[in-house]
Amino acid sequence: MADARVENTGLQLWGGGTLPYSVSHIKLGMWLFIVSDALTFSALLFGYSYVRIATPDWPTPFHFWPTIVFATLMTAVLLSSSLTMVLAVNAAQRGDRKWTIRWILWTAFFGTAFIVLHGLEWMGLINQGMTLSGNPWGTPLFGATFFGITGMHMFHVFTGVVYLLAIAGGVARKRFHSEHVEVCGLYWHFVDLVWMFVFPLVYLLSVDMGA
Amino acid sequence: MSDSAHPVVHPAPTTFIRKWVFSTDHKIIGIQYYFLALIAVFTGLALSVLMRLRLAWPAESWPWLEKIFPLGFEGGVMSPEFYLAMLTMHGTIMVFFVLTTAPQGGFGNYFLPIQIGAHDMAFPVLNMLSFWVTFLSMGVMFAAFFVAGGAPISGWTAYAPLSALGEVAGPGLGSGQDLWIISIALFCVASLLGALNFITTVLNMRAKGMSLMKMPLTVWTWFTTAILALLSFPVLLAAGILLLLDRIGGTSFFIPAGLVVSDTVIESSGGSPILWQHLFWFFGHPEVYIAILPGMGVTSQLLATFARKPVFGYHAMVVAIFAIGMLGFFVWGHHMFVSGLSPFSALVFSILTLAIGVPSAIKTFNWLGTLWGGKIRLTTAMLFAIGFVSLFVSGGITGLFLGQTSVDVQLHDTYFPVAHFHMIMGVAAIFGILGATYYWFPKMFGRMLHEGLGKLHFWLTFAGVNAIFIPMHLMGIMGQLRRYAESTEFKFMEPLQPYQEFVTIAVFVTAAAQLLFLVNFFWGMFKGKKATENPWEATTLEWITASPPPHDNFGGRELVVHHGAYEYGVPGAPRDYVMQTDPPLESGK
Repeated sequence: MADARVENTGLQLWGGGTLPYSVSHIKLGMWLFIVSDALTFSALLFGYSYVRIATPDWPTPFHFWPTIVFATLMTAVLLSSSLTMVLAVNAAQRGDRKWTIRWILWTAFFGTAFIVLHGLEWMGLINQGMTLSGNPWGTPLFGATFFGITGMHMFHVFTGVVYLLAIAGGVARKRFHSEHVEVCGLYWHFVDLVWMFVFPLVYLLSVDMGA
Repeated sequence: MSDSAHPVVHPAPTTFIRKWVFSTDHKIIGIQYYFLALIAVFTGLALSVLMRLRLAWPAESWPWLEKIFPLGFEGGVMSPEFYLAMLTMHGTIMVFFVLTTAPQGGFGNYFLPIQIGAHDMAFPVLNMLSFWVTFLSMGVMFAAFFVAGGAPISGWTAYAPLSALGEVAGPGLGSGQDLWIISIALFCVASLLGALNFITTVLNMRAKGMSLMKMPLTVWTWFTTAILALLSFPVLLAAGILLLLDRIGGTSFFIPAGLVVSDTVIESSGGSPILWQHLFWFFGHPEVYIAILPGMGVTSQLLATFARKPVFGYHAMVVAIFAIGMLGFFVWGHHMFVSGLSPFSALVFSILTLAIGVPSAIKTFNWLGTLWGGKIRLTTAMLFAIGFVSLFVSGGITGLFLGQTSVDVQLHDTYFPVAHFHMIMGVAAIFGILGATYYWFPKMFGRMLHEGLGKLHFWLTFAGVNAIFIPMHLMGIMGQLRRYAESTEFKFMEPLQPYQEFVTIAVFVTAAAQLLFLVNFFWGMFKGKKATENPWEATTLEWITASPPPHDNFGGRELVVHHGAYEYGVPGAPRDYVMQTDPPLESGK
């Protein structure tokens, strides 16, 4: 932007009226929130790595079936939701309100499906005796880190679904425009991206590779 | 995009609730934060006076205090656990609800939008939420005083495993500690909402012509502080969640295996107390700069205004502010030199810590350069700014001692670090807040503070804090250990008792001097001399509008900024100062 160049030299006035970095308040605010939320997850993953390295006999009890297959399915569902979110933003920018709402609802559907699948997986593990404070395979920290990290992520997916429905409602009542959809998309993709760290670190690194 | 590019100025509120309680006006929110900090600072001060009583006269009986605190003063003597509870709450309240809240939430909220020529913050509703979540957080923290067992005793750093175990480890570590963690978690959320609001406002809402390098240094420090808050509070939030899980979820992130406390074997396995220290200090060190950076900005602004000179080395100041802020993220290990850190990483942390001395020295010499040859006006605000420089040097220089591993091993957990961080993070930052109060009070309340009373307040406070903390450095070198409610039981600390009594008397005098400030403050609010638009003949944008400013800050004026923030004594200018919105000079550059 020409404005940005003028800004850098500091010698002239910029035109005034436009935002100096051509990014709206809500988009910038969401990016900043994402940076800060990324640090929350970093701290949790750092804590996980720290206790894992410090524990000599960290258990690796997961098997390809059912855990990894299940988690892969969950990953596929979450990735699909990102695709439908992209389509929703695209529709919003075209000004196609009907398809914007449809794609947002699909995204919310995939998000909900993820939560349901995740809940089923949790139930399975809890039935095997894995809780926050203990598990049959070794150090209790295994269950604590697993539920702590995936629980925090699931909470983000849940708030994301609520956010999506609020945006869909706002678009339907013509209160929100395409930028609101785009900013919501930023959050949704971020939550998806976090899962791309959780999946290898918490699932794939806990697979029983056999003797 | 168009409606967020031209945000609609929200209409002035008409009802009492919308105007004074749930206000979205950044000026009201700033004042709300300021009063919250005022309540907090006097609470924290009262707690420290109680602690000093115990330290100076450990065996003395205070029956009248037993009437107020029946559990803490059984038989009239303060119990050691009550002392630790006071210590924890003093630290927590001062760090979070005073040093983080007043400079950033208070003055930052009030003056950042005005100084960049904006009509409000980027997200006014979020701003209101930040304040009310902070308010809730303080309520939860104060509630810890009143639950069974009282306030927690684990210190403001809540070191694990003490903080993670629950009541078995001591009084106050039950519900008191739970409330402490919940309060801090709320505070984290409020701070990061506030931080993203500040950053967005600075980047997006500057008036025409207000390029980054024309921004006052106060804005630069609030901006940098907001970045620090944005990056450090989420880590504390994560740590707090894990600690809460340890306490109520049965996990053991921070509880090691085989721990025995009060003859009780703790059922846990393999967590790490050091992990808490890493997470806490990754937040904790930037937090120090969150407290002090706005004070540096205020000092720069005040020195320039009252020396009638531009800030010496404006660009170097901006770079130094950023350098201090960013280096602050890589030095957390220097709080952990005796925690079993590997000597190699201790060396790295040590070198990085000492490197912060460079930008700090740049700032100090630039302040002195600003004063050099100036036409100095010794107002109360100016005295506090000069006091800030003095305390920044005398408190900062001891940081170089503590930053070296070999010296730190000797001085760790003595009064030396206590004196060091109180001098720089506590008192220097408070001087920044007080300087800002004397300087901006006319703008905020439309009336002047009493200068004579202010100067008396300054001299008593300045002499008082030095009388408190200089002896504490000496005591630390001589081996006085911190956090001990009673040191007379130990032979080697017994000879230091006269120092304890001297410090306690100095605390009484200094604390009493703060009442002068309160009197001045409330007298000034209602009876002070009416303030003009620009009583200090300063250059920045808050001084071109009425005192106090109208709801939209500039009464609908479209501002165009033509000048840097500190153009004092410009040759060829009609007066000795050029306001930022003055038209360009004829003969100008």
